[in-house]
Amino acid sequence: MSRPRARFEDPGTTGTVVVVASGCLLALVAVMVTASPGGFVDVQIAVAFAAFIALGELVRITLPGGRDAAPISTAGALAYALLLRWPGEDVDHGALQVVSVTVVAMLVGVAPHVVGGRAPSLESMSRRLLAVGFAALLFRGTELAEFVGGLRGAALALVMVCFVLATLVVDAVLAAAVQAGAAGAPFRAVLRNELQVQVGIGSAIGTTGALIALAASIMGVWALPVFVVPLLLTQFAFRRYATIRQTSLQTIRALSRVTELGGYTEAGHSRRVSVLALAVGRELGMSDADLRDLEYAALMHDIGQLSLAEPIPGGATVVAAPGDQRRIAGLGAEVIRQTGVLDQVATIVDLQAEPYRRAHQIDRAEVPLASRIIKAVNAYDDLVGESTETGRRLEALERLRLGMAYEYDPTVVDSLSKAVDRISRLGA
Amino acid sequence: MDPLPLRARLFVVAVAVLAAPLPVIAFVEGRGQFDVVDFVALGLLIVFTDSIGARGSRDMVKIALSSVVASACLPLVGGWGSIVLASATAVAYDRQPAVKRVFNTAQMILAATAGAASFTLLGGAAIGPESFPYLIVPFMAALAMHCLVNGMLVAGIVHLHQGVPMRVVFQGTMAGSLSGYFGYGLFGLLLAVMWDADGAGVGPASALLLLVPLFVARWAYAQYAEEQQAYDRTVRALMTAVETKDLYTRGHSERVSAGSVLIARAIGMREDRVCSLRYAGMLHDVGKLGVPTRVLQKSGRLTEGEFAAIQRHPMQGHEIVREIEFLDEAMAGIMHHHERIDGMGYPMGLAGEDIPEFARVIAVADAFDSMTTTRSYRGARTIEEAIVELRRCAGTQFDPAFVEAMIEAVETQGWSPEVTPLFESPVDEALDEPAHRFDHDDPTHADSVARGGAL
Repeated sequence: MSRPRARFEDPGTTGTVVVVASGCLLALVAVMVTASPGGFVDVQIAVAFAAFIALGELVRITLPGGRDAAPISTAGALAYALLLRWPGEDVDHGALQVVSVTVVAMLVGVAPHVVGGRAPSLESMSRRLLAVGFAALLFRGTELAEFVGGLRGAALALVMVCFVLATLVVDAVLAAAVQAGAAGAPFRAVLRNELQVQVGIGSAIGTTGALIALAASIMGVWALPVFVVPLLLTQFAFRRYATIRQTSLQTIRALSRVTELGGYTEAGHSRRVSVLALAVGRELGMSDADLRDLEYAALMHDIGQLSLAEPIPGGATVVAAPGDQRRIAGLGAEVIRQTGVLDQVATIVDLQAEPYRRAHQIDRAEVPLASRIIKAVNAYDDLVGESTETGRRLEALERLRLGMAYEYDPTVVDSLSKAVDRISRLGA
Repeated sequence: MDPLPLRARLFVVAVAVLAAPLPVIAFVEGRGQFDVVDFVALGLLIVFTDSIGARGSRDMVKIALSSVVASACLPLVGGWGSIVLASATAVAYDRQPAVKRVFNTAQMILAATAGAASFTLLGGAAIGPESFPYLIVPFMAALAMHCLVNGMLVAGIVHLHQGVPMRVVFQGTMAGSLSGYFGYGLFGLLLAVMWDADGAGVGPASALLLLVPLFVARWAYAQYAEEQQAYDRTVRALMTAVETKDLYTRGHSERVSAGSVLIARAIGMREDRVCSLRYAGMLHDVGKLGVPTRVLQKSGRLTEGEFAAIQRHPMQGHEIVREIEFLDEAMAGIMHHHERIDGMGYPMGLAGEDIPEFARVIAVADAFDSMTTTRSYRGARTIEEAIVELRRCAGTQFDPAFVEAMIEAVETQGWSPEVTPLFESPVDEALDEPAHRFDHDDPTHADSVARGGAL
C-alpha cells in the first residue's frame, strides 16, 4: 500500500532481519533436500496443495488494522503439513517437502502482485513460512509422528487442533518480536495484540487447516475445491470490513485537515499529533483497539476550534487560557459524541485539556491515558511545529518536563522524548 | 408484527397442514435406518444454530449456520431422517410469535423434503470410500431445491402480508442468500464427512471444529455492517460540525445528498455509484471551511479577492477528500459542482458533457435546496417557485435532464426542506455574526458570479 501508514516501519531492525534470514535459509535447505533424488514423493497431492496455496496467496488481503495476511494460503499450507492419509493410501511426504511446496506455491501466487507493484512484505511471508515449517517439523519430523500416525477420528482431530494452536502461538510470538523491536513497544503488549488477532481470524485459519487435512483423507483432492468456496466468501467479508475501516480512517484524516484549511490550526498539525501520539501509545503498550481510538481522537482533537468565532493565533491551544482549552475540548467532544458510535473517542477529546494532577477533582476518575498522551503531544507540536531543529525540539521537551507531574504525565513525557528521538534518528 | 391479513393466515394454515404429516411419515418410514446418537446430536445442533441465528440480522451467514447443519443431515441420517430433524426448528429459542414459528417450522420441513427428494433421486447416499466426487452432485442439487422452496414460501407469505410483488421478494431473498446457501452450504458436506464413522470419524465434535470458521465469518459480516453504519454517522456528524460555521446552511449537506440520490434513482444510476454520489453530496461543500469566516459572513459587497476566495471552495473540498480512496468518482463531483452547462462556472469553466455527471447532479440538488430553505436575506421560496427557477436555468446553468429528474422526483415523492439537524449547534454565540447576503449556491447569485461582477 502506497499510503503512509501511521506506523513506524523500520526495515533495518534486528527482528525483521532475523525472521527474513531464517525464512530464506529454511526455504533454501528445504528445496535442496526435496530436489535431491528420492526427496519428492506423492507428486499429484503436492501439486493439488500447491495450487490451493498459490490461489490463497493470489487473493491475499490486508486485515482490518493493516496486517498483511493470506488466510487461504496459510490454511492450505497447514493442511498439507497435517495431511496423513489420502483415500486408499497413507501419505508420507517429509516436513521439508511441506516447506518446499509451500515456498514455491507462495512465490507463484505472489508473482502477479510483485509484477503489479504490490509486493507483500518479505517479513510477513517469511514468518508464515517459519510457522508452517514449525508445524510440519513437529508433526512429521519428530517422534510424535509415530504416535500421531496411530490415531483416528476425534483423537486425531484433537491432536491436530493442538498442533495448530501451537503454530498460531509461534506465529504470534515471531510477529510480536519483530514489531516490538521496530516500534520500541513492550514485548508483552505487542504479543497480547498479536494473540488477539489469532483468536479471531487465526483460529479460523488453523481449524480450517486441520479440517482440510481430515476431509482430504476421505474426499481426496475434492476437499480442496469444496473448501475454497466458503473460505473465499469469508475472506470477502474480511476484505469488505478492512476496506470500510480503511475508508473510515482516511475520512477522519481528511476531515481533520478541515481545521487547517479554515486557518484554525497550523498545517499538518493533526496529522503530526496523531503519528506521534500513536508512537507514544505503542511504546506505552496500548492495545490495538485503544490505539485506534487514540488515533481518531488525536486526529480530531482540535475539531472543537471550528466552533470558535476567531481562530487562536497559530491554532496553538497550548497558549490559550486553561479555561478556553477545556471549552474547546468540550466542544470537540460534543461534535464527536453526535456520531453516536465514537463515545470513547469523545471522552478522550473531552479530557485532553485536563491537567495530569487535578487537585480540585480528587474524587473523579483518572484522566484516560489517551487524553494524557494527546495533551502532551499536542503541546509539543504546538511548540515545535514542522521544525526539525534539534534546539527547538529539546526546548519544547524541556518545557513539558517543567510541567511534569502537574500538567503532564511524567511517563508520557518520557515516552514522548524517546519517540521524538527515534523519529528524528529515522528521519536523519 | 402487524396482525396478519386473513389470506396470509390461510396461507400459513395451508403450509402447516401440508407439512405436518411429513415428519411423522418420515419417522415411520425411516425408523431404524439411522444412528440414534447422531440423530439426537444433529437435532440439538439444529435447535442451537436456529436459536443463535434468529438474533442476528438476515445476513447470509445466519442462513448458513442452520442450513449447514440441515444439509449435513442428508448424508448422515438420510432423506427420511433429515425431514424428521427439520421439525426441530419448532423448539428453537427465538421468542417468535406463534404464527411465525409455525410458518417457519412448516417451511423448513417442506424445504427439507424437497431437498431430501432430490438428494435421493440423484443417487445421494451415505458416505463411503467411493462417495467422491459424485456425492457432490446430489448434495448441491439438494441445496438448490432447499433454497428454492424456502425462497418461494417466504415470497408467498411476504406478498400476502405486505403486498410486495412475489417476484420482487423472491429475487431479493435469492440475491441475498444464494451465496450463503451454496458457499457455506458446502460446509454441510464437510460436516458430514468429518462426522460420519465411515468418513473422518470425528463424530459430533466435528461440529465444534466446523463452527469456528463459520463464526469467524459471521463476526466479520457483523463487524462490516457495524462499521459501515458508524462510518455514515461519523461523516454526517462531522459535516454538521462544519456547518456550524453558518446557521443558514445547517442540514444543507444532508439535503443535497438526499436530493442527489433522488435524481440518481430517477435516472436509474447503478447502485454502487448512487452510494458514492450520496457521500459526494454530503461532502460537496466541505471546502467552504477553507474560505475565511470573515468572507463567508460578510454582509456588504464582496471585493474581487473575496470572490476568488469563495470560488476556490470546490477545489479546496477536492483537496480535503483527495485521500479518501473509495470516493474516486465523488471527488470529481465535489470539485466541479459549480460548473455550468454553458461553461461559465468555476473552477475550471467546463461545459456540457465535459462536466462530470456527479457534478451536474449535485449542482441541481444544491441549487434546489438553497432556494427552498430560509436564508438571512430572504425567506424560503416555495417548491413551485424553485421549480420555475430551475427550469429557467436548465440548459444554461444546469443539465436539463437532471433538472427534469429532480422535478419529477420531488413531485412524486415530495421534498421536506427542513430536515431536522443531527444535533443543535453547541455554540450559538459564535454564530451571532451579521448574516451574509451572498449565497454562492443560489442560482440568481450564481449568475452574477458567472458573469464575474460584484453584487
